[in-house]
Amino acid sequence: MKPAAFDYARAATIPEALAALRDGARPLAGGQSLGPMLNLRLARPGKLVDIKRAEGMRAVALSATSARLGAALTHAEIEDGRIEDVTRGLLPHVARGIAYRAVRNRGTLGGSLCHADPAADWVTTMAGLGATMIARGPAGERAIAAEAFMLGAFTHALAEDEMLAAVEIPRLSPAARWGYAKINRKTGEFAMAIGMAVLDGPLARVVAGAVEGPPALLPRAAAALLAGETPDLDAELAERLPHLPPPERKLRAVALRRALAMLSEAR
Amino acid sequence: MDGDGGGARGGGGIGARVRRKEDARHLAGRGQFTSDIRIAGMRDVAFLRSPVAHARVVSRRAPAGADLLFLDDLTGVGEIVTRSSIPGYKLSSWPVMARDRVRYVGEIVAMAVAADRAAAEDLAERAEVEFEPLPPIASCAAGRAEGAALLHPEWGDNLFLHSRFDSGIEAVAATAPVKVELDITCARQVMHPMEGKGVVAWWDHRAGMLVVQTSTQVPHLIRSGLAEVLGIPQAMVRVAAPDVGGGFGYKCLLQPEEICVAWLALTRKAAFRWIEDRREHLVAGANARQHHYTLTAYANEQGRLLGLDAQVEVDTGAYSVWPFTAVLEAAQAGGNLPGPYDFRAYRAEVFSVATNKPPFAPYRGVARPGVCFAIELTIDAIARAVGREACDVRAENLVPGSAMPYVNVTNKHYDSGDYPASLATVREQIGLDAFRAGPARDEKGRYLGIGFATYTEQSAHNTKVFAAWGLPLVPGYDQAQVKLTPDGALEVRAGIHTIGQGLETTLAQIAHSMTGVPFENIRVTLGDTATTPYSTGAYASRGIVMSGGAVSRAGEVLAGRIKAIAAHLLQTEAEQIEFRDGRIHAGAASLDYADVGRAWYLRPEQLPEDVNTAGLEVTEGYKPATDNGVFSYASHAAKIAVDPETGIVEILDYVIAEDCGRMVNPMIVEGQTYGGAAQGVGTALFEESPYDEQGQPLASTLIDYILPGPTEIPAFRISHSETLSPHTAHGIKGVGEGGAIAPPAAIVNAINDALSGLGVRITQIPATPERIRAAIAEAQA
Repeated sequence: MKPAAFDYARAATIPEALAALRDGARPLAGGQSLGPMLNLRLARPGKLVDIKRAEGMRAVALSATSARLGAALTHAEIEDGRIEDVTRGLLPHVARGIAYRAVRNRGTLGGSLCHADPAADWVTTMAGLGATMIARGPAGERAIAAEAFMLGAFTHALAEDEMLAAVEIPRLSPAARWGYAKINRKTGEFAMAIGMAVLDGPLARVVAGAVEGPPALLPRAAAALLAGETPDLDAELAERLPHLPPPERKLRAVALRRALAMLSEAR
Repeated sequence: MDGDGGGARGGGGIGARVRRKEDARHLAGRGQFTSDIRIAGMRDVAFLRSPVAHARVVSRRAPAGADLLFLDDLTGVGEIVTRSSIPGYKLSSWPVMARDRVRYVGEIVAMAVAADRAAAEDLAERAEVEFEPLPPIASCAAGRAEGAALLHPEWGDNLFLHSRFDSGIEAVAATAPVKVELDITCARQVMHPMEGKGVVAWWDHRAGMLVVQTSTQVPHLIRSGLAEVLGIPQAMVRVAAPDVGGGFGYKCLLQPEEICVAWLALTRKAAFRWIEDRREHLVAGANARQHHYTLTAYANEQGRLLGLDAQVEVDTGAYSVWPFTAVLEAAQAGGNLPGPYDFRAYRAEVFSVATNKPPFAPYRGVARPGVCFAIELTIDAIARAVGREACDVRAENLVPGSAMPYVNVTNKHYDSGDYPASLATVREQIGLDAFRAGPARDEKGRYLGIGFATYTEQSAHNTKVFAAWGLPLVPGYDQAQVKLTPDGALEVRAGIHTIGQGLETTLAQIAHSMTGVPFENIRVTLGDTATTPYSTGAYASRGIVMSGGAVSRAGEVLAGRIKAIAAHLLQTEAEQIEFRDGRIHAGAASLDYADVGRAWYLRPEQLPEDVNTAGLEVTEGYKPATDNGVFSYASHAAKIAVDPETGIVEILDYVIAEDCGRMVNPMIVEGQTYGGAAQGVGTALFEESPYDEQGQPLASTLIDYILPGPTEIPAFRISHSETLSPHTAHGIKGVGEGGAIAPPAAIVNAINDALSGLGVRITQIPATPERIRAAIAEAQA
């Protein structure tokens, strides 16, 4: 279980990384998914470009309405609050549940998003927050809505010559409430189901995660939430997730109900 | 029972909670495991393994000039053939690499040799092998089906063994008022020592000897096995085990990889190594535990078990492992299913079915986690059938303490103990009565339950048992050597190996008790055929009984010789000599052990005329006079919560009352119990290596094969009793396997207790969230 030979280059800047991508290299960040895939020889890139030290990839820019997080920031940095949290505790809460500490020390926000494992946490979290993915390519920067970023299991909206540079996360107000329920077999394991809800003034978002594809936004449930009504989760899940067998849909409904219950607990 | 030798008590002797000698290096990360060994010029081996479960090998070709070997290249190498005298047992012949067929995914097809492992894997990919598929046998049912494809065509069927036991059950079956039927399934598991297998082999030109450093529990056995398969004299082979990071049974077998790497070193007179990776381990090795039971139990109206009629299938894999065969599991399953219970009508039919899966290996507890799960679910089912508390029914069915020693229906000789007392202890500690008076669900809506399991652990079964199975190697007298050094320290050598169970510490404790040499001045060397006397090794919970007994006996003899010299130096009689506080006393006078050592080695003019010329070095052999096993036992109780919406089980409390006779070191007994019970939690709730119908393993990484982590393991609460064995030195019994036996039974009984109101019966392990949710849905449908 040793990788086939590959070339390795470390990019000092994002343009340097993009040049390497044009040259056929694939990006390497924390390596917590790519590393095992290289060892199992499931991934056999001829060339890797290490982007995690490229200038700007670990930057944090705060504004009144958002935080822009460099894609190479680690789960642990988010967990530990070394980055100012604009989500009223949601991001550190999610980070703490990712794998185990050794993985969180190296694994990156952007790497997890680009790996696009349906059962991973950040893809659902960012869709639930309405975050924006900031891609960099030859033509410059491009914004992609989080819910449009993941196209399917292990596929995303970036072109071959693009990379994820940052994630822009909307700032939640002091009145905001959130719920995040991850059902998994053991601590840190990939999720069997994720339910997430955010309620912030006129904004409500409800999302089902770990659904074998991109996370499913549930606008009717969100509208019900704003109206103070009980959402009909089962019906909306059946519509949004017809590919899942009924017991699997039921489990997502359980996760969502638990996330919604966290909202009222926070009241 | 033997005495405790020269009167040295406390300090680091038998019964002391001393810290392990091994810990200094392991806690500092300075252990030396197989993959830490570096030999100049050493080359790495990678194996190409079969991607298909069952196929004819039509052709194979290596690129010109590549150091890539197939079976035909390994001149002079025999196949792994494990004989047994069990009537009806069929032999398999296991080539170290595929000959004309492959019989499981992961079977070795080619061996690649290169400067490092990555290059060797590159090379292995270049082998051109053509397979012609054969119908795969991926389950016992498929293997036993009419017209099934045959793994070993010369057999005529797919059964390694079809064994029967019948004490007569018709009378009970015809008259018993209560009858319960169960269908019970245990998943295939892969045992997981932290360190996988690994072997380094080289040629020692000075000694003219093949040296094999291998991660094994049984170095002396591996020497015999390697010499036989390689066709060379045993004196030409040295096998030594470095630090071993857990074995659990996987490492008590001769592995094809060991043979291939040893062959390279033997024929090329250079150094080679293979280090198993976790994927090879998951796919090709360490398979265990897969049983299926069809049970009918008969009882009276009070729930007294009167008879048991059992059909057992063991999904045995493709070949018979050396030296323990493919049918040890079946023998243990059929023989141990009656468990700690007192009943006389028992019929069992056991099928060891050959399947296109890796060979079945003995895993901590060998068959007993399965049989304990089966019989303990049966007891609970009987209790439900008669409407009584399962713990009460269990207590009434156990062999009572007053019946000891007790010979059970399968002729197991339970030597000592009080099984109902251990059950009463855990019942009290888990708080059953208060629990029954309390709520059935917690504040989160989870269902609560308590489950029990009691088992016996046949330990240190020796000549009588293994001779009856007629295995290639029957264990007899384990040997140990003790030697006083010129400066008065003690060297202990034994051929058994420490694989994490702390024998460097416990053997030193016994040696201290026998000789009085201070614990800190005792050094224990194990597991090297060049430097230690013979032992068949560490398996079957035998180490502390067998090697411990040998150290005890050798220590006793050495103590006599020390006393003789000391008495001469102190001008007194040997009977007046006493070992105390790390010194040698006679009345008010005393000596250091160094004085005795110096006299023998350096100042022989001080020795008595009649001194024993064998000196201060003693090798003795030991086996208990009655050696068909001494029975440790325990009761476990689990309190759990089941989330009915997710199917997730949380263990809220877990208590164990165990009795392994005299404890040499209670901390080590507890460590063994914790570790075993943690593995038992894995068996109960997490671990499963499923195969599809094509015989493809579906769990090839630890993402798919879920091991419990620290947060899934409860804080086990352990209490001890010490009922001495009448048969062994110091009354010691083995304790290495027990912890792993009961958790599946106790936990699933607790789940069924919790969900009894919903009519749910879980009879399959692991009890995964999916299975629990499905069972609830089915019960509600």
